[in-house]
Amino acid sequence: MKYLMFSAAVLCASAAWAETPVLKVYTYDSFVSDWGPGPAVEAAFEEVCACDLELIGAGDGAALLARIKLEGARSEADVVLGLDTNLVAAAKETGLFTTHAVEADYTLPVAWTDDTFAPYDWGYFAFVHNAQMDAPANFRELADSDLKIAIQDPRSSTPGLGLLMWVKAAYGDQAPEIWDGLSDNVLTVTKGWSESYGLFLDGEADMVLSYTTSPAYHLIAEQDATKAAAAFEEGHYMQVEVAGKLAATDQPDLADQFLSFMVSEAFQSIIPTTNWMYPAVTPAGGLPDGFDTLITPAKSLLKSPEEAAAARDEALTEWRDALAQ
Amino acid sequence: MARRTGAVTGPVAAGGVVVLILAALLAVMSRADWPVTLGTADWAVLRFTVWQAFLSAFFSVLFAIPVARALARRRFPGRGALVTLLGAPFILPVIVAVLGILAVFGRAGWVSEVLGMFGVAPLSIYGVQGVVLAHVFFNMPLATRLILQGWQAVPAEQFRLVGQLGLPPPMVFRIVEWPILRQVAPGAFALVFVICLTSFAVALTLGGGPRATTIELAIYQAFRFDFDLGRAAVLSLLQLVVAGGAAVIALWVLPPLALQAGRDRVRRRWDAPAPWVDAAWIGVAAAFLLLPLLAVTISGAIGLWQMPLSVLTAAWTSAWVAAVSTFVLLIMALPISAWLAQARWGGGETLTLLGLAASPLMIGTGWFILIYPFAAPVRFALPVTALVNAMMALPFAVRILLPPMRQVFNNYGRLSAGLGLRGISLWRVVLMPRLRPQIGFAAGLGAAMSVGDLGVVALFADPEVATLPLQMYRLMGSYRTEAASGAALVLVALAFGMFWICDAWGRRHVAG
Repeated sequence: MKYLMFSAAVLCASAAWAETPVLKVYTYDSFVSDWGPGPAVEAAFEEVCACDLELIGAGDGAALLARIKLEGARSEADVVLGLDTNLVAAAKETGLFTTHAVEADYTLPVAWTDDTFAPYDWGYFAFVHNAQMDAPANFRELADSDLKIAIQDPRSSTPGLGLLMWVKAAYGDQAPEIWDGLSDNVLTVTKGWSESYGLFLDGEADMVLSYTTSPAYHLIAEQDATKAAAAFEEGHYMQVEVAGKLAATDQPDLADQFLSFMVSEAFQSIIPTTNWMYPAVTPAGGLPDGFDTLITPAKSLLKSPEEAAAARDEALTEWRDALAQ
Repeated sequence: MARRTGAVTGPVAAGGVVVLILAALLAVMSRADWPVTLGTADWAVLRFTVWQAFLSAFFSVLFAIPVARALARRRFPGRGALVTLLGAPFILPVIVAVLGILAVFGRAGWVSEVLGMFGVAPLSIYGVQGVVLAHVFFNMPLATRLILQGWQAVPAEQFRLVGQLGLPPPMVFRIVEWPILRQVAPGAFALVFVICLTSFAVALTLGGGPRATTIELAIYQAFRFDFDLGRAAVLSLLQLVVAGGAAVIALWVLPPLALQAGRDRVRRRWDAPAPWVDAAWIGVAAAFLLLPLLAVTISGAIGLWQMPLSVLTAAWTSAWVAAVSTFVLLIMALPISAWLAQARWGGGETLTLLGLAASPLMIGTGWFILIYPFAAPVRFALPVTALVNAMMALPFAVRILLPPMRQVFNNYGRLSAGLGLRGISLWRVVLMPRLRPQIGFAAGLGAAMSVGDLGVVALFADPEVATLPLQMYRLMGSYRTEAASGAALVLVALAFGMFWICDAWGRRHVAG
């Protein structure tokens, strides 16, 4: 009898819930963590949508795409948030995503025209170092120095793949030569960003592949101005983080509403001090204090999704050959 | 004749392990694009995997021999505590241990700093040397324990006799010690070799680059970035064959893992050299094994203040998963051991070693594919994690339980049969009271291993219920390195705490 009552209560509860539509968004782990944008985004969107927003962490950016491929068309996800331009071509190839209707005045350094994925933030890759150190001004100087750098594996990390594209975009056919020069500077190659950054903070590495916005975290959250990003003359490769709607979603309208919300003031103003990236649309109040101290690269490098996909295998082989010696 | 205890449940449990692994492998293969070809890079991965495992096993045993020898023939205050403490690295969560090793042996570590005072260049730990160093750190205690056991099996009279005869040390070594070593060392070598074959987290950070890629890491990359299920399946199979093959060989030469090793019975030796030689070996081993622990404790104590409350929630989840996983472990290990203890054919134990040879990520992905058509896999996150963790600890548990189980059946088998004791009552009256210390030890090992595991959870991860290693990883991923050190200390405390509770439960009975 007790069991029956319990079941009835559960049924009633789920019936009550069924009235509120649920939007499931797959994203990377650090987005949903207590310190990421997740909690604030969820609260802000639920205020306007009369829905339940479920942010589901699925590992890092690359694992996110693997998860969607694993689940295929039957996926419960309505929106995927957190891929970057280097993964966009592979994501489109799955045929699981549909076009969006998001329009916004993006403040990206490059024009954005993709009709399947909409950007929500972006940043420049950069080598972060301690401010009192004399940093190299380009890849060749770095290769000639005896500085030790911690980088990420392009086969498991989006910044790692970004560095490959950076070298490729800046040096083209000379990329293998650059990697040859860098091979004795590479302290270690880690699975993800966290391990490398940890090595840098522990003093193991002189520089770490991260973002130009990383020093902002230390400055704003820790009142620590001792970290800086090295400005490279070749220009800096960009990471543009995007979101897209799944074709098989059972909440198409809500998904569209979320994507529009994503480029609105409410979402964009959360990004700088939680995800520590530049918002895709600069909020009306501007960027938080401290962001003005960051370096602004002279040149923004970015390969289109198709170019990035085409260059990936060759770049990977060059990288592996240079570092495996 | 009455049916033997475990004659049904044993094979069922062992079969369950095989089915669990094969079903996952088949599920992954069913979704793959064929054919898959392995390139030169993959063979380089295989070569590196085997090579680093060989070096790790070699140095672990080489270092373990003089340490075990010193511990076997010296008596000093705190010896028992030291032996127990030296076992700590084996149950230390890998993710934490790497931090500790770097704090001591890294470029900015303690050793490099001391060297720097004398104008010597800092240590270069990144590369195969780092991977091997870390593996020796984890597995040398295990090798020491196995070898120490062998040494203590030598009757005291033998040493007294060679003492009376006044044989010179080289002669004593050849006559008494060498035969023992020849018996135990290959087994210790083989076990460490198998454990290191499937290494993942260590090679990740300390490997230094793409040349230090292990098969397990290549499987991870195939799943995560390329989503090439065919490649992942072939690599998983390759790992099963290589590690499984090595495991079969290991079992042939493996001594049983006893728990009392080194706690009592110091062999009085009349031929021992000057005490400082032994003291030096013990001192070096203690420093090597305990300094990283100290480093983790110091940085963790500082970070404790910055730690968010969610770390404690995660610790609770981890404790829970570990408890379930330990329970599952015992449910599998006890009947399997009982079955094997009475079986004429000893090959059944190899089945349990599959748990060590199978890639947890492959099992996780396979079961994700299997569960997905019927239910949301995330709901099964904790059960799957607990099950996989239990499987990884299974070979160790069986190794611990099997020898005393054999003995109990030898001594009490006929009597129990005569009294008609079977099934539950046999367990309650005969087996449990006599095996309690081993059960406690095996459960403690299983619980500690489960607490420290990050592997399979990542795929099934449910954002609402993060385990402690995952939460620590998230802290690191949000720039909060100090808070992550605090979480690391909590993780260590939890792993040791759970081990201690289980082990103490087992010992209490012995004392009373």
